[in-house]
Amino acid sequence: MKKEIKFEDALNKLESIVRKLESGQVELDESLKLFEEGTEFVKFCSNKLEEVKRKIEILTKKDDKIVKEPFDEGQN
Amino acid sequence: MNEEKVKIYTVTELTQLIKNHLEKKFIDIWLTGEISNYKMYSSGHAYFSLKDENSQINAIIFSNDLQSVKFRVEDGQKVIVYGRISIYAKRGEYRIVVTYIEPIGKGALQIAFEQLKEKLAKEGLFDTSRKKPIPLLPQKIGIVTSRDGAALRDILTVLKRRFANVEILIYPVKVQGEEAKYEIAEAIKYLNDNYKELDVLLVGRGGGSLEDLWPFNEEIVARAIYNSKIPVISCVGHEIDFTIADFVADLRAPTPSAAAEIVIKSKQELKDRISGLYSRLRNCFNYVVNSVFQRMNEIINTNMFRNPQILIEEKTLILDDLSTDLNNSIKHLFEIKFRDFKILSEKINTLSPLSILSRGYSIVWKLPENIIIKDSKKVCINDNLKIKLFKGELESKIIKITE
Repeated sequence: MKKEIKFEDALNKLESIVRKLESGQVELDESLKLFEEGTEFVKFCSNKLEEVKRKIEILTKKDDKIVKEPFDEGQN
Repeated sequence: MNEEKVKIYTVTELTQLIKNHLEKKFIDIWLTGEISNYKMYSSGHAYFSLKDENSQINAIIFSNDLQSVKFRVEDGQKVIVYGRISIYAKRGEYRIVVTYIEPIGKGALQIAFEQLKEKLAKEGLFDTSRKKPIPLLPQKIGIVTSRDGAALRDILTVLKRRFANVEILIYPVKVQGEEAKYEIAEAIKYLNDNYKELDVLLVGRGGGSLEDLWPFNEEIVARAIYNSKIPVISCVGHEIDFTIADFVADLRAPTPSAAAEIVIKSKQELKDRISGLYSRLRNCFNYVVNSVFQRMNEIINTNMFRNPQILIEEKTLILDDLSTDLNNSIKHLFEIKFRDFKILSEKINTLSPLSILSRGYSIVWKLPENIIIKDSKKVCINDNLKIKLFKGELESKIIKITE
């Protein structure tokens, strides 16, 4: 699965796969494929949710330039 | 006329006298009336009259004072003004120079709020159709608020408590005072220009008086929010405070904490939603697989697969029948043929040369060729002959030939 895919898009795709499967109009071969694909999206979405990546930065003016600095939460 | 008794003024002298007298006396005036003939000049000064049922007075408000008037002055408004009387000597007119103006009834800010709200609504800045959706799972969040304010603290507290996995970029601005509106608008523009990758902007401040929250009722802020390509969540003051920024924003959060909750609210909900979808996915798939299995079972359970010998038995029976038929037919045919044969063999018997021999005839062969001889010219003297009699055979030699 492409890494660039947006969380929303993955979730939407997952939903449409489930709907398609639920319609009952799908042959075994295709439903195998859809199931596999759907599981990938589930994995992708869950991973996105679990990703722990916390970063807080603040923009400050220095010599008329705006620069990005880490924000010390203790200050606050 | 006696020049020593009577003081004759020039116009200027008199005017100056009146001016000095009046301008000293009326320097600290509160005046109420209704505005009429309000007109702005390109200089930025505004001229108008204040009137009541019986009188009117000209008034002027200079541009630098006009700038601090929050609402739009319009004819017909009843106002209280503060100012001083001034004489315009050139025209012999007096008027009040207004330095402060305030509507009667509703407060100035209230009127300003309503006026701007109406104006922007007409322009379509609040149209829901142009509001951008807030991403379900924003990863990069821009915050425009005061560095030391309660809003930032509240937002960060919520994010920390929820173990939110987000990247935050803070653009600190003043959130009250005259400079605030420019800084807020500039921050929104700057983040749009330089940090397009931000998923959402939180713009707001903690609670305060109407005046404190005022920057968020300024047109320049409203337009900056409107022009933001990044979705904006406004979070100004407390739940009861509504600002123009709230109307323009793509989403209004009642408080900064609430804004943070909205941004990451979704996490548990999303988890639930995904696990819901996953179980639906599995159920569907199981259903498909089960129904295929069921069909297979049905097929396997048909007689053909369960007792395949039945098929063979049936064929065996048919085969047996056929072979009996075949036997009978052949037997019958054989009987017929045998009878025919018997008749024929009896007939043949009567035609057999043996029966002729029994009546005294013989058969003569020439040896060694074994040719039956029917003509005496076919043999010579001394040829060997075989003669078959009714009983036995003879071998002889020819000793004489006659025609």
